[in-house]
Amino acid sequence: MLTVAGELDVVGGPDLRQAVMAEVREGRHRLVLDLTGVDFIDSFGLGVVIGALKRARLLDGDLRVVVPEPRLRRVFEVCDLDRVFDLHPTVDEATGSAAASTVRDS
Amino acid sequence: MNADAPSGDEMIVADFRPGEIVLEIPARTEYVSLVRVVVAAAAEIEPDMASERIEDLRVAVSEATTNAIEAHDLHGVSDRIRIQCNLADDEIAVVVHDQGMGFEPDEVPELPEPDSPERLLHEGGLGVHLMQMLADESEISATDHGTDVRLVVYSSKRRRRDSDG
Repeated sequence: MLTVAGELDVVGGPDLRQAVMAEVREGRHRLVLDLTGVDFIDSFGLGVVIGALKRARLLDGDLRVVVPEPRLRRVFEVCDLDRVFDLHPTVDEATGSAAASTVRDS
Repeated sequence: MNADAPSGDEMIVADFRPGEIVLEIPARTEYVSLVRVVVAAAAEIEPDMASERIEDLRVAVSEATTNAIEAHDLHGVSDRIRIQCNLADDEIAVVVHDQGMGFEPDEVPELPEPDSPERLLHEGGLGVHLMQMLADESEISATDHGTDVRLVVYSSKRRRRDSDG
């Protein structure tokens, strides 16, 4: 689980990219990205989230994104990314469906 | 406020239209959040501007400003970036002006469908799409000297009027 706070733009985005790379390097590629504490995202931030999904999927992992704020969710939706990502309103729901999909996979 | 009304600060505002705010920033990414804060605060002066629309403007302006800074960086331009914000009765218009060679909006590739695997490879290219989708008007004009991005968001009053007529 990666908990992100602040602004996911050209300044905050690279920190998240580093954090994702560190997770993947350590063998964790079923990632949950909690954006509850994020109060702004633009295309740079979206690019980092897309990159995280790609890295996870390359290793047969996946990425769930927690986006409770409607105004943040709107930025994903405007780019049709709500059809690409698993967007969840709460961490519980994201991790709950992670468990459910583990059951399904087995 | 009447533009012709005498005022003590006439010397300072003489070049500006009423309701115009001008911000100049160094071409460094650390200043993008400052631009967002100023533009959002300016938009809040307009009483009939819905908070969702101010959010839309914040994202669109962030895209334009980030692009402008990248253009200066790419072309080694040390000049500052100018952001003009015009508050009118029924809209807010923001122009982001950079001096880093022209940007060709036609060269931005169309986004693949979200279901296609190529879509996942598109980490960039979403910025122009977001500006177009979030602003009521967006216009990118490139000259030899740089690029102007004009973003307009309408007030709720104007949107109601437009949808009625």
